[in-house]
Amino acid sequence: MSTASPATQSQNGSFTAEVFAAHLATQAAAPAWWLERKRAAYAQFAALPMPARTNEGWRFSNIGTLSLDGVAVATPSNLKSQISDFKFKAVAELTFANNTLSSRTALPADLAAKGVIVTTLAEAAVKHADLLKAHFMAQPQKLGSEKFAALHIAFVGDGAFIYVPKGVTVTDPIVVTHLASGAGTAVFPHTLVVAEENSRATVVDYFVSADASAHFACGANDLYAGHGAQLTYVAAQNWSPTTLSFQFNSTVVRRDARVQSLNLHLGARQARHESLSQLQAPGAFSEMLALTVAMGAQEFDQRTLQIHQAPNTKSDLLYKNALRDTARTIFSGLIVVDPDAQKTDAYQSNRNLMLSDDAEANSLPGLEIQANDVRCTHGATSSRIDPEQEFYLQSRGIAKAAADELLTFGFFEEVLNRLENEPLHDALRELIKTKF
Amino acid sequence: MASLEIQNLQISIGDKPIVKGLSLTIRSGEVHAIMGPNGTGKSTLAKAIAGHPDYTITGGDVLLDGKSVLEMETDERARAGLFLAFQYPSEIPGVTIANFLRAALQARLAEGEEIDASAYYKRLYAKMDLLKIDRKFTSRAVNDGFSGGEKKRCEILQMAMLEPKFALMDETDSGLDIDALRIVAEGVNAQRGSAISPGILLITHYQRLLDYIIPDHVHVMWDGRIVKSGDKSLALELEAKGYDWVKQEFAAASA
Ligand SMILES: Nc1ncnc2c1ncn2[C@@H]1O[C@H](COP(=O)(O)OP(=O)(O)OP(=O)(O)O)[C@@H](O)[C@H]1O
Ligand SMILES: [Mg+2]
Repeated sequence: MSTASPATQSQNGSFTAEVFAAHLATQAAAPAWWLERKRAAYAQFAALPMPARTNEGWRFSNIGTLSLDGVAVATPSNLKSQISDFKFKAVAELTFANNTLSSRTALPADLAAKGVIVTTLAEAAVKHADLLKAHFMAQPQKLGSEKFAALHIAFVGDGAFIYVPKGVTVTDPIVVTHLASGAGTAVFPHTLVVAEENSRATVVDYFVSADASAHFACGANDLYAGHGAQLTYVAAQNWSPTTLSFQFNSTVVRRDARVQSLNLHLGARQARHESLSQLQAPGAFSEMLALTVAMGAQEFDQRTLQIHQAPNTKSDLLYKNALRDTARTIFSGLIVVDPDAQKTDAYQSNRNLMLSDDAEANSLPGLEIQANDVRCTHGATSSRIDPEQEFYLQSRGIAKAAADELLTFGFFEEVLNRLENEPLHDALRELIKTKF
Repeated sequence: MASLEIQNLQISIGDKPIVKGLSLTIRSGEVHAIMGPNGTGKSTLAKAIAGHPDYTITGGDVLLDGKSVLEMETDERARAGLFLAFQYPSEIPGVTIANFLRAALQARLAEGEEIDASAYYKRLYAKMDLLKIDRKFTSRAVNDGFSGGEKKRCEILQMAMLEPKFALMDETDSGLDIDALRIVAEGVNAQRGSAISPGILLITHYQRLLDYIIPDHVHVMWDGRIVKSGDKSLALELEAKGYDWVKQEFAAASA
């Protein structure tokens, strides 16, 4: 078998061994273990094939458009935060432009004194190596993107490291903006959050393109909620409409902890999102929310896994998609209940609002239950705008397009309402409006 | 002085004719009551004038200030000054009354013009107070989980905010208790007495609403037509005698 066959080339696309070596050279300041991790990840990436049509984890996905060719690892940019269309009160902000920290606001002194850390992965790799080793991409990749997750680790440049110590509450959101600029730029955003025992925090990731050109984004976020912690995580994906996006989420929920995550999907031509929640100890609760506005020829491909590993754990998933034009969505969700996870309470729901006859929503809900005393419900629905509701709004002078927009927001409100932070809720609404 | 002229209007649902040639002219400030047995086409008339897509106009015309509305979209008709208070208002989960009314008012502004939020809320609260609707309702979803009476009050609130030239009120009195009926009637009368002074087509089954909103004309609808018109005393007569005598008179006349 020849290693230089054309098949191998397209398998790795632009991410050749030379490109990886060049990337490693930019990481000279990083500790040896970090570089070793990256090398191992690159080897794994290079060895794994691209997804095949026959892979169950890629059912309904358009795999012909997942090309890794024609892109280049981003060079540092000095762009500042561009969150003018997504503004709310934040306690600290980090902005990464093309994988490099470009601006930051300091934490208030009282929170810094309590031990809250909002910094870069690069700094954490040196100063908080144990935490990073324990939590950075430490969970299994089970949803089909092993190759791309390995690519992420291999090329991740920098990212956010957020640590909230035991018993500390951070009221306003910590905001991380990930910017991409320049045609063919590959970015690898990362946000890692460790919320220790009985802490509380809200973290927001915002992914945005600085220009309309096509980017390649391959990001990940690791969330860890320790005993009794309450973590709210919001990710708003607003890449340019020609971007190819991968995003991997891992959530670990410990005893009596609660994680609420909300993913808003607006941008990209094709966006794959994988989300894994592991309920590891009794009382753990993961609330998984998502909203998607799919239009034009966009494809949003969402794969989820709720794993109940301990008794008395709860998960509640609600993914809502609004589809227009010829857009496509795929939702594939699996609830797994381990043998000793009795009294599991798991819920999974995917709802699609079809605003066009040419749009296509695919739903693949699934259950794998090995305990006998559980409550698991799942369901998927697709519906159109109710013509009577539309007529009612039109009879008040609201034009059809505006009526459909109002009804779409009405459809989304059930999810947005779950967010306690009112300014953040409003900012998300405004951001969604930019798509109408 | 504005006018709404319904000229020999014929309306079908599918192939089935429901309204079979109905003419009526309403002017600003006038109240025309339409009464008639269930299923005679009263709601059909009101919804078709508002532009509901289920109904086909097979003949006749509807003129607002001399201009036909039949080629207009529902929302254009509304912006031109028509308002339908629904017999069965739709529930719109997730859309608050405040956002909904704001969108409706925004739709009436020119491109680039924005609603002044504080003036808007001031006016909204004043109208709500008048109709004795709790201000908390502004953040509730439109009609979602409202009682029958709350829905009807909410229809009148919308009418008060949108200030139409003509209102088609379809059984606004049904579902209202005695106190609510009086409050709603006062709300409507306040609009009649204002500079807006809308013309009103009032569809009802009961005389008691007409004690509060005194009609200038009362029409009896039967099998898709107006078969008898009179003044407010006609409503009293119907209340006393039912519809049988109208049926007989109509049968005799059309035989
Ligand atoms: N969407 C529809 N599809 C089929 N038939 C309909 C529809 N709407 C109304 N109809 C029929 O048309 C006729 C007239 O109905 P309409 O609702 O206009 O009566 P109405 O006079 O308002 O009655 P009520 O006093 O009970 O409100 C009835 O026979 C009704 O069943
Ligand atoms: Mg009716």
